[in-house]
Amino acid sequence: MEALAHQIIAGIATGGIYASLALALVMIYQATHHVNFAQGEMATLSTFIALSFIQAGMPYWVAFFATIAVSFLIGVAVERLLMRPVQNAPVLTHVGVFIGLLLIIGNLTGWVFGYTTKMFPTPFESDQPLFGGLVSAHQLGSTAVTLAVLLLVYLFFRHTKLGLAMRAAAYNPRSARLVGIRVGWMLALGWGLAAAIGAVAGMMIAPVVFLDPTMMLGILLYAFAGALLGGIDNPMGAVLGGFAVGVLENLAGAYVVGTELKLTVALIIIIGVLVIRPSGLFGRVVLSRV
Amino acid sequence: MPALLEARGLHAGYGPTQVLHGLDFTVEEGGVTALLGANGAGKTTTLRAISGMVRTTGEVLFRGERIDGRATEDIARRGIAHVPDGRGTFMELTVEENFRLGAYIRRDAEVQADFERMWALFPRLRQRWRQQAGTLSGGEQQMLAIARALLLRPRLLLMDEPSFGLAPLIVEEIFGIMRRVREESRVGILLVEQNANLALELADHAYLLETGRIVISGPAAEIRRDEAIRRSYLGY
Amino acid sequence: MSASKGIPASAPMVRAPAQRSIAGWQRAAIVLLGAAAALAPIWVLDSFPLFQLTMAIIYAVAVLGLNIVTGYSGQISLGHGAFFAVGAYATAILMAHFDWSFWATLPVAALVCAAIGFCIGFPALRLHGLYLALTTFALAVAVPQLLKHRALEGWTGGVQGLFLLKPDPPSWLPLSPDRWMYVVVLVIAALMYLLAWNLIRSRIGRALMATRDHPTAAEAMGMDIASLKTRAFAVSATITGVAGSLSAVAVEYVAPDSFTFFVSITLFVGMVAGGIASILGSLFGGLFVVFVPNIAEAISRSAPGVIYGVILILFLFVMPDGFAGLLRRLWARAFGPRG
Repeated sequence: MEALAHQIIAGIATGGIYASLALALVMIYQATHHVNFAQGEMATLSTFIALSFIQAGMPYWVAFFATIAVSFLIGVAVERLLMRPVQNAPVLTHVGVFIGLLLIIGNLTGWVFGYTTKMFPTPFESDQPLFGGLVSAHQLGSTAVTLAVLLLVYLFFRHTKLGLAMRAAAYNPRSARLVGIRVGWMLALGWGLAAAIGAVAGMMIAPVVFLDPTMMLGILLYAFAGALLGGIDNPMGAVLGGFAVGVLENLAGAYVVGTELKLTVALIIIIGVLVIRPSGLFGRVVLSRV
Repeated sequence: MPALLEARGLHAGYGPTQVLHGLDFTVEEGGVTALLGANGAGKTTTLRAISGMVRTTGEVLFRGERIDGRATEDIARRGIAHVPDGRGTFMELTVEENFRLGAYIRRDAEVQADFERMWALFPRLRQRWRQQAGTLSGGEQQMLAIARALLLRPRLLLMDEPSFGLAPLIVEEIFGIMRRVREESRVGILLVEQNANLALELADHAYLLETGRIVISGPAAEIRRDEAIRRSYLGY
Repeated sequence: MSASKGIPASAPMVRAPAQRSIAGWQRAAIVLLGAAAALAPIWVLDSFPLFQLTMAIIYAVAVLGLNIVTGYSGQISLGHGAFFAVGAYATAILMAHFDWSFWATLPVAALVCAAIGFCIGFPALRLHGLYLALTTFALAVAVPQLLKHRALEGWTGGVQGLFLLKPDPPSWLPLSPDRWMYVVVLVIAALMYLLAWNLIRSRIGRALMATRDHPTAAEAMGMDIASLKTRAFAVSATITGVAGSLSAVAVEYVAPDSFTFFVSITLFVGMVAGGIASILGSLFGGLFVVFVPNIAEAISRSAPGVIYGVILILFLFVMPDGFAGLLRRLWARAFGPRG
């Protein structure tokens, strides 16, 4: 029974990371109807940047916020430079550009920072076991950070003028222009926010899985699964989906398939959702015509 | 003093297809100008050309300044509000959020006062305040679209077929509201309408469009009285 | 963006008059010359460059398979490396565990891939462009993990993989196994290209492109889109699977880590660089993905990936019809009608 609780708590902790990345994916999806295949690579790059900041002597939390700011700017730049020119191109072009981005960022990260696996510090340490050893300090801390990020994002979109304008631009760009919203910049902002959220996810997962240039590839798969499970056009759904996938993955890994097939769990969830219920649990129906 | 809006030799089209072939027209401040014509004459395209939603050649002057070739959002920011065909409300957002978006570019302190003005004008919208726009009836959505446009505090309001797809009683109500708007504010209105009779009743001046060209223009009252025009162009 | 769909619409128009003016004997001469040029490397190249060329042709076949489903049928696959892996493992398992000859394994590899392609083709029908891309991406990432799994270890050799040998040349031919391998790959590649060529020029090929560009119209005209696309998926998987089978014997080794997500991406890059929906382009794509990384590795381990990424984005921005499109335009400028 305690082992089960352990697995579920661990699942919630990693699920929070998937939820963050899923939210980043959904934000870009809502605005553009495209899925950023390079979201994971961007997060990995952010995490390496954070490590450089820390190694340069910055206190953890200074590095943390500096990384978020830098990642935001990278996201904005990517949208302006790479996505803007192809915004009306067919899906194949978009997928191609995303894959190109993935290759460039992933390999440049390796080039600059090297391919050896690195330790990444956690700001959450504890001398005493928490709750009778049920949960580690990092699990507790990273879940809190994740929840704080999700709450901030929610408040931003619900209660600020800019957040409202971004939602309007995503739902109905034509009308958004008619009320004077600069839709192009809203997309760039969305990319910036997605990159910033991804950066937090990267910094929170890196102490667990260790940092190397391919760290996020598998995690991106879980984020896909989470986003699809919750409904790829529904941010709240995607967040819940991310947590659900985290728990599912951990339980399946512990009791069903073993750790070797964990990625396959994500694959099965993706295929299952798309074939059985393409709109996800909370999303609107995705048109699917044969 | 320059006219509120003036178009000179305005051409516009979609890709290789030209729809407007050199229009010249003006809209005066504080009045209603009607743009009439059959389906496909280019009425909607004219409004889109003003708003910078299609590629144009020729000149469009707003209060004496060229606005042709500018981005839609810049044109909106100069004070041209547009109620597009298909209404263009934000279906996924609430009535309140649609209101806030209408006033998005405004920095003044009178937004709340304008909200109250709109509630007085459209009491039904107040009842639906927290409801998603997509759940409103057709007439309510049209009202929301007009309210949203007015909240920009425009000097020029472009309206694309406000009567489209609505029951006669609702149309009557909406035109009544527009009459009030005309009397209470100094906004100039460029009104595109299929229902020529209704439009001419409201308008001061009218232009008649046929396959992308202006064929007749004149005071609305005169056009209304001219039986020949009515029979050959307006069909009533 | 011009020609952003990447459809070489001008191709037949440019070529048709030229074909009519070529006499039968001339055509035969061209084919013979081409065959001679293709075989020349056997005597000209050393064994390592020849091996690279062999691999390039194998990749050209794999890219061709991807091009049928993504280029011609318009279904984006980022996971064709999976078929490449299945083809390779089918051959490797039969050769390593059952002592089959390579020649006997080839049709089995093809059939297995055809069957899997056909089965995947059905759910793929329900998935719009983006969702299929996403699912196949996930498949590509999961492949090595599947191959390493304990339940399959008895067959796949797990992480260690399987070793096998190139087919022996016939005794009457004075060729080394490397050179014979090149001939084998060349002949099978030629057959695959001929198969694809005929498929694309046929009624089925035209129907595929029609459904890609105008799905509603094609359906209204009574085309059975579902069956067309599923069959295209099967053919595509078969061709890429045959390439995988060839690669297993050419490299004489299969292991899970040779079939990472990067293989699928490589095929995708080859398709875009060579030319989307272009048979000739697939050939360029194969050459590109083998030779360009080889040169780039001299700079850095990361350089090939970066160059892939840059090329991918650059081509999609400025040359969406790839090398094949570039050649076609140069050709048209040099020999096309003037004025």
